Amino acid sequence: MRARVLIRPKAGILDPQGQTVERALPALGFTGVANVHVGRLVELDVEDPARLPEMCERLLANPLIEDYEILAEDGHPLAAAGGAAAPA
Amino acid sequence: MTFGILRFPGSCDEVDAQLAAARVGDARLLWHADPDLHGVDAVIVPGGFSYGDYLRVGAIARFAPVMESVAEFAAGGGLVLGICNGFQVLCEAGLLPGALLPNDGLRFLCRQVELEVVNAETPFTRACAAGRRLSIPVKHTTGRYWAPDATLDELEADGQVLLRYAPGQNPNGSARDIAGVMNAGGNVFGLMPHPEHAVDPLTGSVDGLRIFQSIHDDVVQRVRV
Repeated sequence: MRARVLIRPKAGILDPQGQTVERALPALGFTGVANVHVGRLVELDVEDPARLPEMCERLLANPLIEDYEILAEDGHPLAAAGGAAAPA
Repeated sequence: MTFGILRFPGSCDEVDAQLAAARVGDARLLWHADPDLHGVDAVIVPGGFSYGDYLRVGAIARFAPVMESVAEFAAGGGLVLGICNGFQVLCEAGLLPGALLPNDGLRFLCRQVELEVVNAETPFTRACAAGRRLSIPVKHTTGRYWAPDATLDELEADGQVLLRYAPGQNPNGSARDIAGVMNAGGNVFGLMPHPEHAVDPLTGSVDGLRIFQSIHDDVVQRVRV
């Protein structure tokens, strides 16, 4: 089946890419935008979606610094979102 | 004693590391697909862009056949030095704590920085004096060291922070100005600055030699003991 893995920097860790995009939008007249974060999308066909969390933990994401969500093609979650506990 | 310097597809500083190591000992390159470490006495994971830095810096290189052997070598107490991309690889491999994130300014940085030697009682810094400064260049885009606060507290308390950027010289937003950290076992060290680029007066500093000299002296002393 087709799956999507969304990976984003963990809350509380400085995200300079997100900040830069957030500052660029008003320059184009897009005001009222806040909390921009830039992450990654990994799309893949998998025979056994139950193995996706392990794939995320071991390769697709670095759980120390990133959170991830595993979604089906229609957007519904395929597994619990993951990542280590939020940084202190 | 012989240094082994890993070479991944995308490595670019392995020859400089080999030349630097050869100033204090013997040095040979080790190909990433060959799990045999060929009996080297210390391993250097060099700078560059291993496997194109696809996905995340260091994320793919940690699965190279040679890295399993490096992990075993480290588990047996062997000395492993990771420079820049090598530091990133060692963090991804779980041989060092923490992670490297994009520079806070998002720019590629290439400049000489002053480093403070925080702990000179280690196999990697024993040829330095604590509090001494080293002038060594950095060149990276993803060099912001990060670890949870509790981990940083532990690293500092246990003397695992070996190098800090001198006050006011933190180039990338690294937590607590950390430029280089060692594992709890005291035999794996990673740093973002490039000591292999500071070994000849022609390029302005020979301070980087002290890192290679330290490793050499430590290995030689172990053999004698």
